[in-house]
Amino acid sequence: MQDAVLAMLAKEPSHGYVLRARLRQSLGPLGESMNPGQIYVTLSRLEKAGLVVCERADGLPERPDRKVYALTPAGQQRVTAWLTEVGWPKPDQAEFHLKLVAAAAARLADPVELVAAQRRELLRRLREVQQAILAEPAGSKALLLLEGVVLRLQADLRWLEACERAWSGADDPRVDDSRVDDSRADDLRANDLRADDRVEGA
Amino acid sequence: MNESSAVVRVRGLVKEHGQGESRVRAVDEVDLEVPEGQMLAVMGPSGCGKSTLLHLLGGLERPTRGEVWLAGQRIDTLGERALARMRRRSVGFVFQAFHLVEELSAAENVELPALLAGRSLREARRRAGVLLERVGLAGRARHLPSELSGGQRQRVAIARALANQPLVVLADEPTGNLDSAATLDVLRIFEELRSAGQTLVIVTHDERVAATSDRLVSMRDGMFVDDTRLAGSHPRGLGGLIGLEG
Repeated sequence: MQDAVLAMLAKEPSHGYVLRARLRQSLGPLGESMNPGQIYVTLSRLEKAGLVVCERADGLPERPDRKVYALTPAGQQRVTAWLTEVGWPKPDQAEFHLKLVAAAAARLADPVELVAAQRRELLRRLREVQQAILAEPAGSKALLLLEGVVLRLQADLRWLEACERAWSGADDPRVDDSRVDDSRADDLRANDLRADDRVEGA
Repeated sequence: MNESSAVVRVRGLVKEHGQGESRVRAVDEVDLEVPEGQMLAVMGPSGCGKSTLLHLLGGLERPTRGEVWLAGQRIDTLGERALARMRRRSVGFVFQAFHLVEELSAAENVELPALLAGRSLREARRRAGVLLERVGLAGRARHLPSELSGGQRQRVAIARALANQPLVVLADEPTGNLDSAATLDVLRIFEELRSAGQTLVIVTHDERVAATSDRLVSMRDGMFVDDTRLAGSHPRGLGGLIGLEG
């Protein structure tokens, strides 16, 4: 967020409310939960860090938001560094993977059912994003971001499918015999659990 | 659920292919009710029986055992001619490979089911015009399928499926041959149909299609292993899906 705000100031010095409007436009429905004051919190942090300076503009006296923010040379440098940086959010499959392993080892829960519950949750999220896409006007900049969220969720759902296949041991000749026997028993229990789930769905 | 409100209802449905040793059970004791206006997605790995199920629901195949009801009428016991008439009038099919008649224009493809159902040419044309407009292809009415993109062909196929105002639209991998943008066009149409109260059953591999539906059943080895209601869950806001803190 800090880097994004800095980069927006690279075009020209700007009022906080202008930055906020530009953010909202780029994020579309994904920016709706943004706290109205968040941009000012970010700007004041950047100011303290010496990356932006704040000047009072000679605006109309009744205008409450008269501050204009501009990049300092250090801020400029940080924007340049940010643009060339190739950092990427790390996918976090490990935690869920370990959850399945632990649940199976300790017989705490059926991994297949944990996968099914996770899948339902991701499908509900996908549905939300999908509906936001359908509601977004053509040409909106936010569409590309929403598409990215969809693709990420699809990838996660495909991974869950692979988890489901592996943990149910079905159609997988590579799984050793003891595992298969265990997972058959798990399947029977899973079916019972699923019967309960149908009630939840209704 | 009030049974009379179910457009599609099956009981103890079994479909076996092959004979003797090589006999395979594609659909294994399935019960299902699809209420009017529901958009149901069926997912599952290849060979799980989902396409066979769809064919049974639409009277394209007959079950080995069990009952298939469509809007209160039992269809698995109908004779061939009555079954064909029922399919034409009450069911709209959409397939992965579109199955349009290549020699006919988009408009003529959409007119065809209405003509086969005994409507006048004038009425069939009027309806085709409305439907092509609805799928955003009014300007392509005179084009042959070969002159249309995959997404456009599928939209023609959806318009054709709606020609006789079917009780239910059955779609088998409707986005299977489409790219992302064309998939979105199809989803937009399904969403419109859904809000207009059209009952839809869609067999799909595509998570996006599944997520657009009201309800999702998962099939494995001919059986339902999960039945999830997706509609009506409380939205938690999209902001939580991206990291914006700091």
